[in-house]
Amino acid sequence: MLNWLKKHFVSPKRLNELGVLGLNERNLACISAHNPRKGFPLVDDKLQTKLLAQDYQIATPALLGVIRHQAEIAKFERYLPVQDGFVIKPAQGSGGKGILVIQSAKEGRYLKASGEWVTQQTVQRHLSNLISGLYSLGGHPDVALIESLIHSSSDFADFTFEGVPDIRVIIYHGYPVMAMMRLSTRDSDGKANLHQGAIGVGIDLKLGTAIQAVQHDRPVYLHPDTGSALHKLRIQNWQNLLELAARCYDMTGLGYLGADLVVDAELGPLLLELNARPGLAIQMANGTGLKPRLQAIDQHRAKLKGPTENYQTRVNLAQQLFTQKPLFTQKSPIPPFTNTQQVCSIKPANVECNNQ
Amino acid sequence: MNKSRSALLWTALILIMLGSLHTAWRHFVHQVPLLPGSQQTYWDLEARVEMEAQGKPIKVRLAIPQSQPSFLMRSEHTASPGFGVSLTEGNQRYAEWSIRTAAGTQWLYYRTQFQFDPKQHIAAVDHAPALVSSTWSLPLQAAAAQILRRSWQESADAFSLAKALVEQLTNEKNQNGRLLLSEMTAAEAMVNLLNDAKTPARILYGIQLEDGRRRQGLQQLVQVFDGQRWQLFAVNSALNINITGKNYLLWQQQAGPILEVEGAQESKVTFSMLSTHEPASSSVNALAVKDALLSLSIHSLPISEQTLFKTLLLLPLGALVVVVLRVFVGLKTSGTFMPLLIALAFLEMSLSAGLITFLLLVGAGLVLRQLLAHLNLLLVARVAAVIVCVIGMIALFAVVSFHTGITTGMKVTLFPMIILAWTIERMSILWEEDGPMEVVKQGGGSLITATLAFLLMDIYEVRYWMFNFLGLQLVVLALILMVGSYTGYRLFELWRFNPLANQALASSKIKE
Repeated sequence: MLNWLKKHFVSPKRLNELGVLGLNERNLACISAHNPRKGFPLVDDKLQTKLLAQDYQIATPALLGVIRHQAEIAKFERYLPVQDGFVIKPAQGSGGKGILVIQSAKEGRYLKASGEWVTQQTVQRHLSNLISGLYSLGGHPDVALIESLIHSSSDFADFTFEGVPDIRVIIYHGYPVMAMMRLSTRDSDGKANLHQGAIGVGIDLKLGTAIQAVQHDRPVYLHPDTGSALHKLRIQNWQNLLELAARCYDMTGLGYLGADLVVDAELGPLLLELNARPGLAIQMANGTGLKPRLQAIDQHRAKLKGPTENYQTRVNLAQQLFTQKPLFTQKSPIPPFTNTQQVCSIKPANVECNNQ
Repeated sequence: MNKSRSALLWTALILIMLGSLHTAWRHFVHQVPLLPGSQQTYWDLEARVEMEAQGKPIKVRLAIPQSQPSFLMRSEHTASPGFGVSLTEGNQRYAEWSIRTAAGTQWLYYRTQFQFDPKQHIAAVDHAPALVSSTWSLPLQAAAAQILRRSWQESADAFSLAKALVEQLTNEKNQNGRLLLSEMTAAEAMVNLLNDAKTPARILYGIQLEDGRRRQGLQQLVQVFDGQRWQLFAVNSALNINITGKNYLLWQQQAGPILEVEGAQESKVTFSMLSTHEPASSSVNALAVKDALLSLSIHSLPISEQTLFKTLLLLPLGALVVVVLRVFVGLKTSGTFMPLLIALAFLEMSLSAGLITFLLLVGAGLVLRQLLAHLNLLLVARVAAVIVCVIGMIALFAVVSFHTGITTGMKVTLFPMIILAWTIERMSILWEEDGPMEVVKQGGGSLITATLAFLLMDIYEVRYWMFNFLGLQLVVLALILMVGSYTGYRLFELWRFNPLANQALASSKIKE
């Protein structure tokens, strides 16, 4: 019994030593203490976030239209682009709920990201549910945003199943403290949501390279659908991306913030949405706790005199403080695929990563 | 951060101290025992007279009860702003209120407490009423004679005759009984029949005692005399014929009107009752009433309010369970306090019956919701449709369980239906988006929380403490405050972050 407990549960003391942030502490010491209530609507309402981002010249996916009333649903097609796909989102949704991704449209039928064709009626029903508040926090009536489709950078084509991978950066008082990339899988139905089965890859703040990967809170080494070795993941333009994330603090004034970004093939890094209550799975993906990093920033801020630092300085400081060695070093993984070339050629990952 | 933390600790400490002080005071000054212990059952009864005054002088006369076999009167008092009150003794006791002038709706209260003690002998002082020769209309005469003849043969004395009569009158298949009841109430028919058999009997109004009932009316009971002794019979059901010494209290001792009002209109009287279990030795309630304001006791409220509080005062405990499970364990539930409402429904049924009906309702609801999804409805309309379906299912369950002899099904109505409909809607969406595992997780979490809350609230001692020592509410509040400031890990997180710790261990080993 005791052994069973030891095997499956970690002691709170050990977890504390590792600096892991728990939900209770996140709620009290991070969200309540550093996020003023008035900043929440800016973040919870994606329409407000988008308009604010435009004011601050932070790039976001183009807004094609907003549907506020049931009566407008019948004519939703006038907002659609001529050829390209589009995304329907609830303005006040949470956890990726209610997001409908349409790759392309043909003769009144729509191709979902999953490859399934749906009718116009299905899309309209989705819009109707969304406006009624099915996906919003607390069931309030909501508005639907129609955005242009993001074209994932080809760098990530091997690392994702259907959906666009996004990058979550935790920003503490304007300093990026931890980052992870979320890769959709067949399991997650093409959604980049960790609790639905997407893969979280911890990203080193300095280099933009993979540290380790988890799925369902447990380590993985290969993408289960594409078979790519996850340690090879590397994000181009990493510096720009981090700076974009760091600027979101200036925009909202929220001290503990999660920024979700994507890399568009043509437009580069874009801000997808902000989150005032970012989850804790990022610690799993990075294999390390958040607490020491938050403390380091607290210490730095305490020493700081004069005006607050600008975003470039903040990003540079964070990159110096929080660089991390990859953790893809453990006993060789049991590959979920055995018949692909790529998997057979996998080497102990640390060799390659250290070379970089 | 530290400042607010110490402020919180002090607040909690002060709350706990106040709560304990009040509890100690209740114990030592009011002599409420700390444990329920050996007990007597007390019935608190309240009659509320309501009427519309016309600006004229008003006189009100309400018949009031007195000690009778099985029931010993312990105390009585009245509440009536501005009215003069007098209690008149005699064969029938009355409370009389009068006022020179009054306008608007008036309420008068009469409260009394009876000790229920079937073993104690309380003399039934009474005189049998005179026999009245009954006059049956022609068609009824033959029927009455037949009923009486048969009952007479089946009986040995006045009481067994009365029992046989009730059996015939309540038997749906008895043609003669049906005929009599088409002309008069069962009680009237019975008294007439008994008088025909030269057995003195009369109709008196009494009250059926059920804990926590409000706005009740009086029932017709038949008092049957055999010499100096008498027994009571309820004529409305075949199950419970001889009710002497059971939960029926005679409100009047002599036939006559219950309420007489002069100078006001639309008068009516309703009754509320509450049973309390208290130690025989203490005179708890007498004290509680005396310094009602000081004692801050729920027991000083009208009984109809007290019955509500009996359940309400348990809710903080249930809320504490929800908070503890959320903060220390990290259990996922669908709807934060929904489990608490389910637990309340469980309290009214039994646990197993509650669990089964809940599962059946939600399961059937999910299937119905799937069918509704094809109709392409607006969200609010769909939830409303689910509400209608849920109520339909509850009706079905009630009927089925009644006919199969399971009576607990009858109380399904206590489930919070609107919340149930929303739960079904949310679970159905959850099923579509996150798969059935998540539904099982959240549904299971809700049921575990509800069950634990129920088990805590169902403990007899806990109910006694929460109702009799109001100071404990402050202690519960203090506990909730302290749990609310806990920043440590949840039990679930110890499992969730386990691989992280293992990994860190492995990588540190490699470094070495």
